[in-house]
Amino acid sequence: MKEKRDLKIQAIENGTVIDHIKAGQALNVLRILGISNAFRATISFVMNAPGAAGIKDVVKIEGKELSVEELNRIALISPKATINIIRDFEVVQKNNVVLPSYVEGVVRCINPNCISNSSEPIKSKFSVLQSEEEGVILRCLYCEHVISENIAENLL
Amino acid sequence: MKDFSRKEIDYVLDTAEKLEPVARGEERSRLLDGKIIALLFFEPSTRTRLSFEAATQRLGGQVLNLGSVEASSVMKGENLADTIRVISNYADLIVLRHPLDGSARMAAEFSSVPIINGGDGSLHHPTQTFLDLYTIRRESHLEGLKIAMAGDLKYGRTVHSLCHALSLYGAEITLVSPPELRMPLEIVRDLQKNNIRIRETDSLEKIIGDVEVLYMTRVQRERFPDPEEYEKVKNKLRVTSDLLKNADPSLKILHPLPRVNEISPEVDSTPYACYFEQAFYGVPTRMALLALATGVIE
Repeated sequence: MKEKRDLKIQAIENGTVIDHIKAGQALNVLRILGISNAFRATISFVMNAPGAAGIKDVVKIEGKELSVEELNRIALISPKATINIIRDFEVVQKNNVVLPSYVEGVVRCINPNCISNSSEPIKSKFSVLQSEEEGVILRCLYCEHVISENIAENLL
Repeated sequence: MKDFSRKEIDYVLDTAEKLEPVARGEERSRLLDGKIIALLFFEPSTRTRLSFEAATQRLGGQVLNLGSVEASSVMKGENLADTIRVISNYADLIVLRHPLDGSARMAAEFSSVPIINGGDGSLHHPTQTFLDLYTIRRESHLEGLKIAMAGDLKYGRTVHSLCHALSLYGAEITLVSPPELRMPLEIVRDLQKNNIRIRETDSLEKIIGDVEVLYMTRVQRERFPDPEEYEKVKNKLRVTSDLLKNADPSLKILHPLPRVNEISPEVDSTPYACYFEQAFYGVPTRMALLALATGVIE
């Protein structure tokens, strides 16, 4: 059984493994980290993998340790994700993502009349709140509009 | 408006009261002597722009006017950020009105001088709220006020920020509107969280005897797809001398103006009518904001 799993996604020598991503959100995790075609590190990911707490996605980024600030953005779309820093095949650091209190240039404001959606030279800015009833809530610092659902659909 | 504490609002209103004789032309002031106030209005506005001009001139300051947008560098495609960076080198303060939500906040990021928000998009018009509060304080009272807001409560930005500000003073708020134009639920919830008593109705007659201030707003025809529906609503939310027979003698009627037909002209000469005085109070209120923002009064 263990061998079969290893075939799905290989262990990495050095880099970052993002585990326990909400199932179906792996591609959005890449987007939120700003990983595009220009990114040179090897990236592998599994979607809908069985885990102890149900299905999950996993992303592995080889040869690159991302900053805490970058990684914490993942909490916007997958608050239970964990970050493993790997050096020489060993997990040297394991953390849960922490919801940032502020994000800039990550999400588009849903208000079409917001100044941040115009051609002005500014990045979107949101304060981030967590409510027990509604989960993660973003409030635009320009127009005060609130995004409480479908945050992943509004990623820049 | 939510950025202001009750103490700060009171301080602005106290300053406005001190400056009121200057606004009336009874006293002279040189508080803004040597100061240049730039008025950047990207949308048409009569009262707001003219009252800022009057406020500046009453305090001995000079006004720099953008003029029409069509004749300015905006038509050449200049963005607001650049316009602000340039104008902030010419003036000591900028008053901005702009059609996009959040434009005043962005302007403040790029400006080297203070920005006063003269209305941005559909969201905020804080100087209107200050003058509404000032009018209520001068003509009635702010603490524990029994107020009715009537008309378009869904889109009317002045009523939204006024409700928030009044919640700092423990008001009892009655919302009078047709079902289509009710106050957005999230605002009602916010107010209730601040322990504000809210009641909602669609009839002025039912509540007119039980309020100290009636704040009327215009119901716009374009909000109704069916013209017949508009006519019905329009006539239901109309202040007439008949309606006022049951009013509390101390009632004051406010309206941000322009009105269309929601207040009948015969009401103008009654002691209830307060809307033209309210328009005047825009001058001392804006004088106070200009003086405080430029730092000539601390």
